[in-house]
Amino acid sequence: MNPLAAARITTPGVDWLSIAPVAILGLTAVVIVLARSLIRKRPAAYPVAMAITVLGLGLAALALLAQWRRFRVDGPYQSLSGMVAVDGFAAFIGLVVVFATAMAVLLASRYLIRERLDGPEYLTLMLLSSAGMVAMASANDLITVFVALEIVSIPLYVLAAFDRRRNASLEAGLKYFLLGAFASAVFLYGVALTYGATGSTNLTLIARFLADNTLLDGGALLVGLALMLVGLGFKVAAAPFQMWTPDVYEGAPTPVTAFMASATKAAAFAALLRLLYTGLGSSSADWRPIIWGLAVLSLLVGSIGAVVQTDVKRMLAYSSINHAGFILIGVEAASDRGLASSLTYLAIYAFLALGSFAVVGLVTGRGDADSALSRFRGLTQRRPALAYAFVLLLLAQAGVPLTAGFVAKFRVFAAAVAGESYLLALIGMLTAAIAAFVYLRIVLTMFLPVEEGEAAPPAPVRADPGTTIVIAVACALTVIVGVAPAALVHVAERATLLFRG
Amino acid sequence: MTFPVLATLILLPLVGAIATTMVSGKRVESVRIIGQITALATLGVTLWMLADFRTGRAGYQFLSDHSWSSDLGIRWIVGIDGISLFMVVLNAILTPIALLASQRVEERAKAFTAWILVLEAALMGAFLSLDLVLFFVFFELSLVPMYFLIAGWGHGRRQYAAMKFFIYTMAGSAFLLVGILTVAYLHQDATGLLTFDIRVLQRWAPAGLAPATAAWLFAAFTIAFAVKVPLFPLHTWLPDAHTEAPTAGSVILAGLMLKLGTYGFLRFVLPLFPDPTVRYAWVLLTLAVVGIIYGAIVAAMQPDLKRLIAYSSIAHLGFVVLGIFALTQQGLDGAIFTMLSHGLTTGVLFLIVGFLYERRHTRLIADFGGLWKAAPVMGGLFVMTAFASVGLPGFSGFVGEFLALLGAFLTHRWFAVVAASGVILAAVYLLWAVQRAFTGVPEGENATIRDLSIRELTCVVPLLGLSLFLGFYPRPVLDRIGPSVKAVVAHVERSTGYEAPTPSAPESEETPAGAESEEAE
Repeated sequence: MNPLAAARITTPGVDWLSIAPVAILGLTAVVIVLARSLIRKRPAAYPVAMAITVLGLGLAALALLAQWRRFRVDGPYQSLSGMVAVDGFAAFIGLVVVFATAMAVLLASRYLIRERLDGPEYLTLMLLSSAGMVAMASANDLITVFVALEIVSIPLYVLAAFDRRRNASLEAGLKYFLLGAFASAVFLYGVALTYGATGSTNLTLIARFLADNTLLDGGALLVGLALMLVGLGFKVAAAPFQMWTPDVYEGAPTPVTAFMASATKAAAFAALLRLLYTGLGSSSADWRPIIWGLAVLSLLVGSIGAVVQTDVKRMLAYSSINHAGFILIGVEAASDRGLASSLTYLAIYAFLALGSFAVVGLVTGRGDADSALSRFRGLTQRRPALAYAFVLLLLAQAGVPLTAGFVAKFRVFAAAVAGESYLLALIGMLTAAIAAFVYLRIVLTMFLPVEEGEAAPPAPVRADPGTTIVIAVACALTVIVGVAPAALVHVAERATLLFRG
Repeated sequence: MTFPVLATLILLPLVGAIATTMVSGKRVESVRIIGQITALATLGVTLWMLADFRTGRAGYQFLSDHSWSSDLGIRWIVGIDGISLFMVVLNAILTPIALLASQRVEERAKAFTAWILVLEAALMGAFLSLDLVLFFVFFELSLVPMYFLIAGWGHGRRQYAAMKFFIYTMAGSAFLLVGILTVAYLHQDATGLLTFDIRVLQRWAPAGLAPATAAWLFAAFTIAFAVKVPLFPLHTWLPDAHTEAPTAGSVILAGLMLKLGTYGFLRFVLPLFPDPTVRYAWVLLTLAVVGIIYGAIVAAMQPDLKRLIAYSSIAHLGFVVLGIFALTQQGLDGAIFTMLSHGLTTGVLFLIVGFLYERRHTRLIADFGGLWKAAPVMGGLFVMTAFASVGLPGFSGFVGEFLALLGAFLTHRWFAVVAASGVILAAVYLLWAVQRAFTGVPEGENATIRDLSIRELTCVVPLLGLSLFLGFYPRPVLDRIGPSVKAVVAHVERSTGYEAPTPSAPESEETPAGAESEEAE
């Protein structure tokens, strides 16, 4: 709304509310580090850090809601010289990120003690990463996007390798770090080329430049766009930049995996959506075919790759790639409807992923080492409540009606069909059938009784309160959003309108 | 009219299912009683609705229309007409019988009962929905309980069968969902209104869609429903699913779930895409005839009695599709009548095979012999049902298949001629099986086999009785089907310029009378 004016650069007023959520999350992380060093008794540090984390996340959520209240009246605006956009889109993704972080913290609450890992350190890293994610959602400048991307990623590299006694975790961290650093560099190169082509890194200014001028030679912009898509495609785990996903998802501690699948995906998609819709909205003819290709590849690689897996964490990793493909279907639509459907999908996938990985975390048990499918055998008999919760979440991921997953898929297909991408919608539906095979395979395994004389797989660890809450919340949301989708759909719709406004 | 009868039909089984899950798993008896009471109460409401149903009217009755998700344009629209009426009734009849037949299911009886009731609710919803998305929701939802019934309580390769069933249908529905969305958004582009209401869309679609678009959409809808029916090249999931499913599952799968496909043709494909329907009817007629002959021949080769019945379903459903795409009053009447009749007779066949399996733990025809002598009641009933299924005059199967053939003969003579030979083949495979399994001198275990118990008779006799009654007096059914069918045929004629021939027989001013006079011979 507030176009960037020269006058505002000379006296850059700081609108504190616009950066409040990021600042709160970042400060909370710092406070934890401080508290940690002040408290002598190590065991006491963890509960204190936990309390501070919960407080910080609550305040960040309140700040986001306060933003929402403000721009609902005044309309969306930009601050900090147009570096930050305060709008419905940012607040929506921000809330998803804060929600997912809170859930991931709950998941980790017991896990860290169980695995004898350092609690406060873990929480600090998680809060820093989520501060980056919230910043990414509201970043309106490619430089801000890049900085936020790094704030998101660096703590995540550490988190992936957090269980340093386990080789798989270390391997995950290293792999994620090497490939992630490479992807960031590629993204930055894309930013540079885009700057060269348009003369600005600000998305609003890029859009204005592209609207006012016709590029004689669009090569630099196109290459820049392609490189930025590579960088972001890596973060959202879209094929063909998905190679790291199965290994990292498998190796990282399960709460971190849940966090990566839900929050990181939402934040990275936020950056992708804002880049394409705000910055390059007028050249959608250029990027729609690219997104089309990415979507199809992700759908196929995700669903077919999952079929041959024997490890549940890897299956869910491939399914995460498949879901990225579905979200890309919404992105490809290049319309308000597409944007709203992507937001809805991100929100729904966030709690589905959190709930699913929460169950997996319990079944894989102490040491977090073995998440083979065979460990799920006969789970319906041994742990009926846990097993049926997982069944519900898996059916929702498959897109069965009256679950949230159906609403999510229905929305993106509706957007695709309204945008006349019939083939894409059809491919999406067919891969949904392939992916259903994977989810059903897990379900069947859980129903398969353990034969007499056969060694029963090790029992799942007892559910701690934190994990129980996460699973319960995920299941409740799955049913509520599935039966009465109006509320969530409406909010996503509003967020989209405020984005455009 | 103020009482939401149809919503009750959908919600009552669901409430019953939830109630059964509340009971402790050890109290199997109370679970069964709750399940049975729910199913019977649903049947009661259905019969009340049937009594209230106004014969002779074509439109939807007991209509209710509420907004569900206004942002998406999805509405809760339920209504019933002659096309869906008897599917709903059949659902209400088969569910309590399926539950009664499954008294022997001891393992996780609670979950079993709950899934059967959820399945009833989903099927009710699918047959009653007049909103395309609502229909799709129930259409997909019905897969879940059936999947669990097959995977949890089936035989042999149940995991494989359940998976195959789910994936096949889901892949089919991929086309359906994309088709539904396309119709709705094209309608929105043209009129500005986003709706999935079939009543609105069917008024607009025939003229509003470009011919090429209509043809593509026709193909999308047809693939989805053809998987469900199943039509010839897409049928391979059916023998596995039917054979491995528990008895109750087979009864409902054959009796109702297959009918979702043919019902989809009647309710959605014909009204929405009349032009491609007329143009490409020959494709579906060909597949139907191939299905009739192929199903019959393959059935004859089956060593497994249940698999034989499964393949016979492909043949029977071929007659239904033949009747539908004949696009005549008689054809459609016959199709719907066969849908009902096949549900009754195939239900009995599956039930008796299930009872046999409980006694002998085999379904191979070669393992049986002389059962009629050893268990006269069971043998007699099976033979009667076999005749009913073959389409012997006097049973409902005859009326339906005769009308379907008659309808097809009027418009597509040679298809009808070839299909008619399927009737003879049906006699071959079923009577041959009867001969091998039921006639002769019983030996070994076959000699000491128990005859049907009272409970088992209670399952079988009502269905067979209904089939016999409708065979002699089909009028009550045809009178209720007639007007709605007439409306569909008139809709197709109006929007394409196609003219359905009227039979030249002098006394046939109305089909039901014509059918009855044939019956009297």
